[in-house]
Amino acid sequence: MKFESKTPEGPLAEKWTKHKFNLKLVNPANKRKYEVIVVGTGLAGASAAASLAELGYNVKAFCFQDSPRRAHSIAAQGGINAAKNYQNDGDSVYRLFYDTIKGGDYRSREANVYRLAEVSVNIIDQCVAQGVPFAREYGGLLANRSFGGAQVSRTFYARGQTGQQLLLGAYSALNRQIANGKVKMYTRTEMLDVVVTDGKARGIITRDLVTGKIEAHSAHAVLLCTGGYGNVFYLSTNAKGSNVTAAWRAHKKGALFANPCFTQIHPTCIPVSGDHQSKLTLMSESLRNDGRVWVPKTAHKGLKAKEAASIPESDRDYFLERKYPSFGNLVPRDVASRNGKMMCDEGRGVGATGLAVFLDFADAIKRVGRDVISAKYGNLFDMYKQITGDDPYEMPMMIFPAVHYTMGGLWVDYNLMTSVPGLYALGEANYSDHGANRLGASALMQGLADGYFVIPYTIGDYLAHLGWNDKVGTDHPAFKEAIDGVNAKISKLLSIKGKKTVDELHRELGLTLWEHCGMSRNEEGLKAAKKKIQELRADFWQNVNVLGGSNELNMELEKAGRVADFMELGELMVDDALNRKESCGCHFREESQTPEGEALRIDSDYAFSSAWEYKGENQPEELHKEELHFENVKLTQRSYK
Amino acid sequence: MKITLKVWRQKNRTTKGEFKTYQHEHVSPDMSFLEMMDVLNTELIKKGEEPIHFDHDCREGICGMCSMYINGHPHGPLQTTTCQLHMRTFKDGETITVEPWRAQAFPVIKDLVVDRSAFDRIQQAGGYVSVNTGGVPDANEIPISKNIADEAFDSAACIGCGACVAACKNSSAMLFVSAKVSQFALLPQGHAERKERAEKMVAQMDAEGFGNCSNTKACEAECPKAISVSNIARLNREYFSAMVSSYKVTVGGGE
Repeated sequence: MKFESKTPEGPLAEKWTKHKFNLKLVNPANKRKYEVIVVGTGLAGASAAASLAELGYNVKAFCFQDSPRRAHSIAAQGGINAAKNYQNDGDSVYRLFYDTIKGGDYRSREANVYRLAEVSVNIIDQCVAQGVPFAREYGGLLANRSFGGAQVSRTFYARGQTGQQLLLGAYSALNRQIANGKVKMYTRTEMLDVVVTDGKARGIITRDLVTGKIEAHSAHAVLLCTGGYGNVFYLSTNAKGSNVTAAWRAHKKGALFANPCFTQIHPTCIPVSGDHQSKLTLMSESLRNDGRVWVPKTAHKGLKAKEAASIPESDRDYFLERKYPSFGNLVPRDVASRNGKMMCDEGRGVGATGLAVFLDFADAIKRVGRDVISAKYGNLFDMYKQITGDDPYEMPMMIFPAVHYTMGGLWVDYNLMTSVPGLYALGEANYSDHGANRLGASALMQGLADGYFVIPYTIGDYLAHLGWNDKVGTDHPAFKEAIDGVNAKISKLLSIKGKKTVDELHRELGLTLWEHCGMSRNEEGLKAAKKKIQELRADFWQNVNVLGGSNELNMELEKAGRVADFMELGELMVDDALNRKESCGCHFREESQTPEGEALRIDSDYAFSSAWEYKGENQPEELHKEELHFENVKLTQRSYK
Repeated sequence: MKITLKVWRQKNRTTKGEFKTYQHEHVSPDMSFLEMMDVLNTELIKKGEEPIHFDHDCREGICGMCSMYINGHPHGPLQTTTCQLHMRTFKDGETITVEPWRAQAFPVIKDLVVDRSAFDRIQQAGGYVSVNTGGVPDANEIPISKNIADEAFDSAACIGCGACVAACKNSSAMLFVSAKVSQFALLPQGHAERKERAEKMVAQMDAEGFGNCSNTKACEAECPKAISVSNIARLNREYFSAMVSSYKVTVGGGE
């Protein structure tokens, strides 16, 4: 398969400017002759749909929730990075670029990351103009904070609800275009296939989730802004509905899937309380600024938070401070997560399940007083108490890592186009900017960069070359064929009537991946996982029980279709992890460690993005490699000792 | 814990619904209310009964999708979202009644799932600042005093769940509408269109069939995000000020 990154030539800082000039434009009077489909209405989708409609394109937008405002971007807490340098503390576009590429452990494309840093400044301007109520100083100007260990204060925020406010901003822009007649919005509608003819994306097949009606929609281009696939693990911080179906079905229609094994595991989440657990809740990373992470030096099975005070200081192991004296509790997410898990693996975990470590604020409260801690973290402490029943002012929190974000996703070129012409992927759905590890406050930045400031330029070039006459109607046999395929799958799911619920099978898949393709991975475990996933997939198609019919609201049926896709994706994640015999970012291969037990990258063999090609039902996928060239940054080994 | 659940079951919009009673023997106090429903649904599926449909997504209290009317209160006895309500709030052996939001403008789709698209249409009528992407001033060229920004944030924190409507004896959407109108009335970015916005959003609200506000403040008492009724006062002021200087409205109401 031929695929090229289309990275522009020239000096890094001039690439995007030059590229924008070289892109062909669509005449303003002709834009209304084009139709664009946008699937997903989170930050990437809502911003893209609104911006394209403002330019004059006719947009159809789809979301499976009851309103575009529900998309999971809404749950992002911390903030959004931008190289504004309002604080005069040495930030710049180049520094944000450098931090992002280094944070990603040198597994992303320089040109994309630089462009992200470059447009970050425009995002803040745009959002403020929309009326997004960012935090401000008393003088009336915008406030910033340092986030995720960054050495400059470049994070803009709206209390602990930045994602909500940014999404409501994009949602308002989208609403304006819906009212204006330029966007036709389809809510409670799920995309179930992409239609490709003559090698180009021509439209999609959807299911109206209320009536069950299967429909075809044609367009000149299709944008997938459908988020990440963290829910493959069953338990994650993602919303329950978040899924890989749109991306996966595009993959099966020819779009390469890149770096599927790169999943970010966030260290500070509320631990699992029992088998009933349906999702995990993130506690902001900022808590590690004042909280101290520890476990008892010797195993204390079932130790409760309220009993923590009984462990004397001399019997406590503040393991992050011990192992990483210069960064202490502020080591990056992957390092903190892995070490927490190691303590639990050693049997020193706390709580009823033994799968938790303490995050203790006692010293901080003693040092600065309860009021100061309350002012900083009051809402988080309240949330923790509401969920667990424990009061963090009186006893330590218990935390455990949880799947949070997926850096992997559909492979895209510099224009955000997948390997299928006319099919684009934006936001978390693509793999483009975060390499092997995403920095805090960068997900919101990327979603909005793609939607507001990249796609409005790059899509024009494709459409201008395509011409408005080059469109296939929904009467084309390819649409009929895709509809038949979707219907067959739905009928099959409803006909099995087995003994297991969708959730039971999903949970098993999740546990397998968590165990072997989670925070640390080795060849033996991955091979076992691969076999297990194949068995589970077979079990799913023989034993799943989906009640109800297809012509009504049927949430079990929706879930079943999504889990069927996770079952296939899971195996690809394992294949990708098996293939990458180095440690990098989130991907810790136990076989590739430094003598001190830290991640060891092998740039000579693995400085590439893996891009997997689907080869048919039950066929092994074919690996393609996009070699990464670093002309501007020097590759260094991360060290937090 | 053991509980008895009386749950509203309704096949679709046009079929008449009814309460069904379920004995739930396997409840842990650490479960969220939705997890309790998940476990019940698993048991129902095992017995070959169709699971109870309910809306939910983020399960961390911010997306606004969950919407159960529990023991006579939207989102149950605490001032939180249903997904953040935990079973330790209830007593062992308690009977819990679960209904969908009840409002003419929120028709039931199935069981506990209602159609809240009326909220989207109100936002489409004017809940935005008319700026296109690009061509905007530098963010710091619009200074906003911290007090104003914080107050606008308080209004903007609305999650659009509809608890205010479900709580109101008139099924009024005034708290929801006023939160958005307030956010933009407070911020300089929203000033240019404030009259038009207030008139259009109120007109759409009326057209959707939401009732009027009679100041019982049930909405504020039940709002999971503590949106204040002072927003409604501001909406009234915005609306009257717009009406006396009359911007012509053609959407389903107004003149």
